Amino acid sequence: MKPSPITEAELHALVDAQLAPERQREVEAWLAEHPEEAQRLADYRTHKRALQMLFKPVLDEAVPLSLQRAAQPRRPWHLQRMAAGFALALVSGAAGWVLHAQLAAPDLSALLAQQHAQQQEEPAFARRAAVAHAVYSPELRRPVEVDAAHEDQLVAWLSKRMGSPMKPPHLQAQGYALEGGRLLPGGQGPVAQFMYRDEAGSRLTLYVTHETGAAAAASRSASQPDLAFRFAREGAVNVFYWVDGPFGYALSAEADRATLARVSSEVYRQLAAR
Amino acid sequence: MHDDEAPQLLSWVPRLRRYARALASSSEADDLVQDTLERAWAKAALWPGVGDMRAWLFGIMHNLHVDALRRPRLPTESLDEDDMPEIPVAPKQDEGLALLDLQAALDLLPREQKEVLLLVSLEEMSYAEVAQTLGIPLGTVMSRLSRGRERLRRLLAGRAEAVHLKVVK
Repeated sequence: MKPSPITEAELHALVDAQLAPERQREVEAWLAEHPEEAQRLADYRTHKRALQMLFKPVLDEAVPLSLQRAAQPRRPWHLQRMAAGFALALVSGAAGWVLHAQLAAPDLSALLAQQHAQQQEEPAFARRAAVAHAVYSPELRRPVEVDAAHEDQLVAWLSKRMGSPMKPPHLQAQGYALEGGRLLPGGQGPVAQFMYRDEAGSRLTLYVTHETGAAAAASRSASQPDLAFRFAREGAVNVFYWVDGPFGYALSAEADRATLARVSSEVYRQLAAR
Repeated sequence: MHDDEAPQLLSWVPRLRRYARALASSSEADDLVQDTLERAWAKAALWPGVGDMRAWLFGIMHNLHVDALRRPRLPTESLDEDDMPEIPVAPKQDEGLALLDLQAALDLLPREQKEVLLLVSLEEMSYAEVAQTLGIPLGTVMSRLSRGRERLRRLLAGRAEAVHLKVVK
């Protein structure tokens, strides 16, 4: 049987050793009579080997720690979820009680003042949150790094950099629309800031940090539940903050305390529901 | 189940890095790998149904790379772009080293041709695997491979002369 005409695809398949042996012999016989084509294929082979040589060293490079972590979650996914669920279940009883007390209290500010007096000093993260709010909330052109239209990217990015899932709560029912978020330097590492605005254009920021070790220890030593809402004031900015497990949350706005308390309880509710 | 899969994902990292390094600039390559791993974990529920893990992972990287090229500025937009000085770009290497030349020539290939050429050359994928990874028909794989190889050959032929002139000087 006469060999069928040789195609361009088959010439490449020869270079890449993807031809059936029988066909390979036919193509090689044809090339013996077509030196120009043979030279072209020889060049392709050379370039292929050169590409392999050029990038081979990457295979032997040490894998950066960040990539090792990304490839291997610290704990299996489902266990991580479960542990988080237990933690939330444990604190939400106490938290619910605190919240209920706060919201039902006829004189909220008195209760908050009392809490304020109980605490020795506002933790550094609450102050940083207030400063971050003061710095970024007046920004007109670029209040956020990634806007709410790309919320999925925002979530992926911040989760990656924070090393834990970071999803912004949705606060439309409280009158605040998500504008987006950004990553900020905290005392020791990255901090996430989500920005919201109400219809009048005034902004509210939610600041999420890992750096609460000292604050959590302080509140435990004061024999208080880990989870309690606290209030601080930094210039014109009011801050509602709380520590929940490894995370510190601070909600900052130039809004009044009652508004912040209302939004904080909703933020907590949504975080606990996850 | 995931306990068994995790080391397996780690074992793909060197090859994902190699491909990313060849595909994107070296500053973006590890971000691309990191994003690929994140995405793979986010879709971990699909793993049991994935027949060809390599095609699946490289396919994820391909999609992320295409996305990043479509909106290259978004993830790294700086706060005060207007106030920042221009970042000086390192002068191009002019050593005349064949491998550096190859890198430069590779960077001149259209992204579509580059991807096919790299998967065939570095990963030594079969054409069918390339088609599956990139989500394109086999015929498209072959035409991109053919055009990419020929273009690279012309670029390198042109460069060889340029290098020779440098040596004389």
